[in-house]
Amino acid sequence: MDYSSNNLFVQMGEWLSDPVNWSGPRGIPMRILEHLGYVGLTMLIAMAIAIPLGMFVGHTGRGRVLIVSGLGILRALPTLGMVFLFALLFSRGVLPSVWALVLLAVPPVLSGVYAGISSVNRTVVDAARSMGLTEWQILLRVEVPNGLQVMIGGVRAGILQVVATATVVAYAKADGLGVFLVEGTQINDNGRLFGGAVVIAVLAVAVDGLMALIQKFAIPAGLRATRPGAGSLKESGRQEAVASAQGGTT
Amino acid sequence: MDSIQGIIDYVPANAALLRELVGNHLVQSILPIVFGVLIAVPLAQVARLNRSAGAVLLTVSSLLYTIPSLAMFVFLPLVLGTSILSMVNVVVALTIYAVALLMRSTVDALNSIDDGVRQAAVAMGYTPLRRFLTVDLPLSIPVLIAGIRVISVTNISMVSVGALIGVPSLGRLFTDGLTRNYPEQIAVGILATLLLALLLDLVLVVLERLLTPWTRATPVRTARAAAPDVRTVAA
Amino acid sequence: MKNLSQPRAARRAMMGLAGGLTAVLALTACGANSDPQGETESTGPTGSIVVGSADFPESQIIAEIYAGALNAAGVEATTKPNIGSREIYYQAMEDGSINVIPEYSGNLLLLADPAATAASAEEILAALPDALAAKSPDANLGVLEPSEAEDKDALVVTAATAEKYGLTSIADLAEVCGEITIGAPSTFQERAYGLPGLKEKYNCEPGGFEALNDGGGELTLQALLNDEVQVADIYTTTPSIADNDLVVLEDPENNFIAQQVLPLINMDTVGEEAQNVLNEVSAQLTTEDLLSLNREVSGDEKRNPADAAADWLSEKGLAG
Repeated sequence: MDYSSNNLFVQMGEWLSDPVNWSGPRGIPMRILEHLGYVGLTMLIAMAIAIPLGMFVGHTGRGRVLIVSGLGILRALPTLGMVFLFALLFSRGVLPSVWALVLLAVPPVLSGVYAGISSVNRTVVDAARSMGLTEWQILLRVEVPNGLQVMIGGVRAGILQVVATATVVAYAKADGLGVFLVEGTQINDNGRLFGGAVVIAVLAVAVDGLMALIQKFAIPAGLRATRPGAGSLKESGRQEAVASAQGGTT
Repeated sequence: MDSIQGIIDYVPANAALLRELVGNHLVQSILPIVFGVLIAVPLAQVARLNRSAGAVLLTVSSLLYTIPSLAMFVFLPLVLGTSILSMVNVVVALTIYAVALLMRSTVDALNSIDDGVRQAAVAMGYTPLRRFLTVDLPLSIPVLIAGIRVISVTNISMVSVGALIGVPSLGRLFTDGLTRNYPEQIAVGILATLLLALLLDLVLVVLERLLTPWTRATPVRTARAAAPDVRTVAA
Repeated sequence: MKNLSQPRAARRAMMGLAGGLTAVLALTACGANSDPQGETESTGPTGSIVVGSADFPESQIIAEIYAGALNAAGVEATTKPNIGSREIYYQAMEDGSINVIPEYSGNLLLLADPAATAASAEEILAALPDALAAKSPDANLGVLEPSEAEDKDALVVTAATAEKYGLTSIADLAEVCGEITIGAPSTFQERAYGLPGLKEKYNCEPGGFEALNDGGGELTLQALLNDEVQVADIYTTTPSIADNDLVVLEDPENNFIAQQVLPLINMDTVGEEAQNVLNEVSAQLTTEDLLSLNREVSGDEKRNPADAAADWLSEKGLAG
C-alpha cells in the first residue's frame, strides 16, 4: 500500500487505521480469530494432558523428580525448530504446529497444577483425611479449591506463551497474526510489519489481562470469607509458585 | 538417507558453521542475563525502598514481559535506531524480559532477609551501600540464581526466533532446514539448543555453590558467615 | 495420496534425535575453545574481496563459486553467507561491508527502480546501469556480464493436471482458471507478477488461493502432489520439478520478467583482474548447473554449498 510518509511510525499508523486491513479473509479480525483458534486448540490438548498429571503428582508426590527434570528439558525445546520439524515430517496441516505448541504449553500448566496442589497446607489435608474423606474427595474438595489460584496461574503463563509463540506458525502455514510479519518482510511493507507486531502485542496483553481477572476471582467464596488474615505468608508462597510456573514469554 | 547417520554426519561436515552459530547463540543468550542482573538488582532495591516507585516499576516490567519476543525484535529497531538484522535487538529484548522476571524475585528475596541481620550490620558501622553489597545481596543469591536459571533456559530457546528476521543463531538451522527440506539439520539445531541450555544450567548451579559457601559450611544457615568477597558477587 | 513412508520417517528422525546427542556433544567440546564471535575471520586482509550471499541456498552456492574462482586466480576473497533479504544485503553493498554478491537481473532492477517496465533479458540489462546509479549515487555499483543461467518464479502443475486440462502455457489456464487453486507465498496475492499480473495478462482469476510461505520448498511441493493446489509458484531451478515430472507452464506474455544470474559488484573495490574472473564464471554457468547444484545441496545428498561449489569449479577448469 502507499504511505504518505517514509516515517515508520506514520506507516504503522496508516496501516492500522486503513479499513481495508480490518475486513476480509486476510484482515486483522480474521487473523486474530485464526490465532486464537490455534491457542484454544493447543491449550485444550495441553490442559487435558497436564491437569490430570499435575494433580496426580501433586496429590501423591510420586514421580516428582521425573516431572521436574522432564519439564526442564521441555522448557528448553525451541518451539520454532519443533514447528518446522513437524511440518516437514508430518505435512503442513494445522495439527503439526498445534502439537509443537502443546510441547510449549505443557510445562507451565503442569508445574502450576503441581505447585497448586502441593502448596496446600498438609495439616489441612490431614484434617480432611481424618474426617474420613476419600482421596478423591480430598483432591477435589480440599486441594483443588485451595490451590486453584496457583493452578490458574500456570494456565495463564501457558496461554501467554502460546499466544506469543503462535506467531511462528505463519512461517510454516499462512495462518494467524504472524502472517503480517512474514508478508511485511517479504514485500518490504514496514507498515504491515510493525502494525502486525502491535496487534500481536496488544492481543497478548489483553488475553493476559483477562486471565489475571479470572485468576483473581478464582478463590472459592468459602475461603475468601474465612481467612482474611492468614494470607500473608501463604500469599508470598503462592506468588513464588506462580513465578516459578512461568517460564518466560517466547 | 538414514536419519541418525544424517544427524551424526552433519556435525563434522558443518563444524565451522555450527561453531559460528553456537557462538552467536551464546552471546545473545548470556549478555541479556548479565545486563538483566546489573539492571534488576538496583531497581529491586529502589522498588523495595520506595513503595510507589516499586509499584510503577513492577507494573511496567510485567507489561513489557507480556509483549511477544518476535514483536519486540521487530519493534526495537524503531526505538533504538538499530538495523533490523542486528543482534542488539535480541539482546535488548531478552534483557527486558530478564529484568522483568528478576526484579520481582529479587524484591521478594531482599524482603525475606532477617531484619536482625541488617541491624547487626548497621550496628557494626556499615554504610547503607556497603551493607547492601556485603549483606543483602549475598543473602539473596540463591533466589537470584533460581531466577537466572529460569531465564537462561528460556533465553536459549527464544534466541532462535531471531533467525526469522535474519539475526544469526542456531535458529538459522531451522529456517534453512525448512527451505532445504532437511529435517536432520533442524534436529541438530534442536539438540544443540537443548545441550546449550543444559550446559548453561550446570554452570549456574556451580556458580551458586561457589558464591554461597556458607550454605554448605554449616548445616544450619547462619548470617555470621554471610560476607563473601564483594568482587565475586558481580559475576 | 498421503506419502505412506512418513510415519516411518518420523520414527527414524525421533531415534535420530537421541542418537545425534553424542555428535553434538563432540561439537560443542571443540566450539568451547574458539572465539565466540568468529569475527576475526570475517575481516580479511586489506584488498581482499568479500563475497556476500542472500539467505537461500542457491545464492550461497553461487557466492562460494565466485569466491573459489577468485582465490584460484590469485585474487584473495572471503565469503559472508546468509546476509538476508535483497533490501538488507543491498545496504551491505552500499556501505561497503561486502563487495560482490550474486544477483538476479529482473529483481535487482525492480529494487533499484520499482517503476521499471522492462521485461525481457535485454531490456533489463540495458536499464540496470542507470537504475543502479540513480538508486545509489554514492556507491559505484555495477553489474558484470550476465550468465546464461536463470532462476525465476514459474507456475507449475503436475503431469496429471497438465493432461487433464491440456495445459502447456499460462494462456491455456484462462478457461479453467475458475476451477483451480493456486498455491504460492501469501504476497503473491498482491505482487505485480502475482494474481494482479495473471488477471491483467492472462485474464485468469483462480477459484482459490492457498498461501504457502516456504518459498516454493517441500511444503509447496507436497500441497501440489496431494492436489490440495493444482498450480504452484515454484522457482525454475528447483530440482523437485524434474524429480516429480512437473510441468512448467510457458509464459508468453512475460508475466514473470527475466532473471539472469549475474554478479553485482562495487566497481571501486573489485579490480579488473577480479572482474575478468567473475566474467569467466558467468560464461560457464548454466541453468542446468544451478539445477544440479541445488539438487546436491537441497536434495537427498545435502552437501554443504562450499563443497558443491568447489566441485563445479574444478569440473569447469576454473580451479583445482
